[in-house]
Amino acid sequence: MNSAVVATPLKAQAFKSDYKPIWCPGCGDYSVLSSFTKAFANLELRPENVAVVSGIGCSSRIPAYTSCYGFHGVHGRSLAAAAGLKLARPDLTVVVASGDGDGYSIGGNHFLHACRRNVDLTYVVMDNHVYGMTKGQPSPTTEPDWDSKLSPGGTGLRTFNPLVIALAAGANFVARAFAGDPNGTADLIAEAIRTPGFSFVEILSPCITFRPEQREWKQLVRPSPVTYTADAAQAARRLMTDDGLNIGVLYKGDRPPYQPPVGKGKKRPSDLEVEFAL
Amino acid sequence: MSTKKSVKKVKKPAAKTGAKKTLKNAPKKAVKKSVKKTGVAAAAKRAASKSAKAQPVASAADFMAHAYAMEAEAAERYAEFADSMEMHNNLEVAELFRKLSRIEQRHADQILEQMGWKQSPVSAANVRWEGMEGPETADPTELHYLMQPYHALQIALHNEKRARDFFAHLAKVTKDAGVRAGALEMEEDEAEHVHLIEEWLARTPKPDANWEADQDPPVLSD
Repeated sequence: MNSAVVATPLKAQAFKSDYKPIWCPGCGDYSVLSSFTKAFANLELRPENVAVVSGIGCSSRIPAYTSCYGFHGVHGRSLAAAAGLKLARPDLTVVVASGDGDGYSIGGNHFLHACRRNVDLTYVVMDNHVYGMTKGQPSPTTEPDWDSKLSPGGTGLRTFNPLVIALAAGANFVARAFAGDPNGTADLIAEAIRTPGFSFVEILSPCITFRPEQREWKQLVRPSPVTYTADAAQAARRLMTDDGLNIGVLYKGDRPPYQPPVGKGKKRPSDLEVEFAL
Repeated sequence: MSTKKSVKKVKKPAAKTGAKKTLKNAPKKAVKKSVKKTGVAAAAKRAASKSAKAQPVASAADFMAHAYAMEAEAAERYAEFADSMEMHNNLEVAELFRKLSRIEQRHADQILEQMGWKQSPVSAANVRWEGMEGPETADPTELHYLMQPYHALQIALHNEKRARDFFAHLAKVTKDAGVRAGALEMEEDEAEHVHLIEEWLARTPKPDANWEADQDPPVLSD
C-alpha cells in the first residue's frame, strides 16, 4: 500500500510523560514544564524529534516529565552533553534545562563557552536565586543581603548577571521570562528554538519553599518597554539599567551557528572504539 | 503560605472572555447550568501564537473558542494541582482539586457540544489573555503541601469571583448590545457559582491556626 501518513499536530499534553512532578506544590517549575510542552506543540514538533537535556537540581528533573528523549546528566554539564548530541544529531531539536546553581555556578564555565561556540541549542534556566533541592543555600544569583539560616547576614557577594554574561559571551538569542506567565514563556521558548544558534532564556521561577517572598514577582514583572535589538552594544546598554524584572526578548542576532567541519566526525561508534582502544 | 490572603486580592479584570459553568459536582447542594446558546460575542482575545498582544475576537464562534480555552486552561491547572497534592500525599485536597478540574472540563466539553465541534478551532495553548493567564486559572503559588480543603475552596472562590468581575466589567465597557447581554448573563451565572462555593465553604471545617505546623519542616530553623 502506498499511502502517505500525514502527522497531525500534537497537543501540549502529548509532550508530558506519565511521571508526575515531585516539585513542591506551588513551585514555578510546574508552569515552566507546561511552557515547554506548549512551545513544542506550537512548533508542531514530535516527541521523537526533541531531546531535553539537563544537569542536576529541581529544574533538571524536567526531562523525565516530558515524552521527548531525555538525558538527566551530571551537575553543571548539561550543555556539554547537549552540544555533543546536537552535533551528532543535528536533526534533533535540543533543549537544555537548568537552574541558577547548576547553570551559573557548577556549569558556569560551560555556559560561557556554549554562548561562544553558538551551537544550535536552546538553553532554558529556571532561576529562583537559591539552591532549592539541597535546602536553600545561596546561589550565584542570590541577593548579597539575603539572610537565612545557612547564610546569616547574607553572602555579601555581588550577584551573577546571566543576561550580561550571555550577551558578552556571544549568545545569539537572549531573553527573560516569568514562570507565572506560562503562555508568554511558551512563546519565548518557541522563538528561542526557531532562532538558529545558541539561544538563552532565563526564566524567573519562584521557589515558594525557600524564597516565599518570590510570590511577589507576579506583581513586579513587566513586559519589556522596548522591542528586542539585533545590536549587541545596544542590548548591553539596556542591561545597564535593567532591574531584572523586564520580560521579553532582549537580543536576537544573526551569527551563523557552529557547524562541524564537513567530511570529518562521521565515524561510526565502532570506528571510535578501534581508534581509542588501548 | 498566602492562601488565606489571596482570596481577597480580586483585581480589576482585564478584558477576557468566559463561558457558563456547571458546578453540579459540588457536594450536597449542586447546581447545573449548561452553556447557554446565547449570541455571545465579546471583547475577548484572539489566539495569537506569534504575538503576546491579544486581539479582540470578531464572531460568536471565535468567542466560544476562547471561552473553551478559558475552561480548558482552568481544568488543566486544577488537574496539575491535584497531581501535585497527590504526590505529597495530601489526598483529600487532591480529590477536591480533581473534582474542580472535572467540573471545569465539563464546561469545556459543553462548549464543544453546543458548537458541534469535535475540537476547538483554536488551541487552548495558543490563546493569549491580556493578563498573564485566563480569568479562571488558579495561581500555583497559592498552594501549600499541608493545605486543607478549606484553602482549596478559597482558591476556587477567588477564581469564580475573578470570572464574575470580569464579565461585569465587560458588560460595562462594551458598546455592543449583544455582548452586553451575554456578559450580564454570564456574570449572573458566575455570581451564582460564587454563592455556591461560599455555601460549600460554610460547610467545610476551618483550618486550625497552626495548620502549617510541620514536625520536619523543609526550611532549617532554630
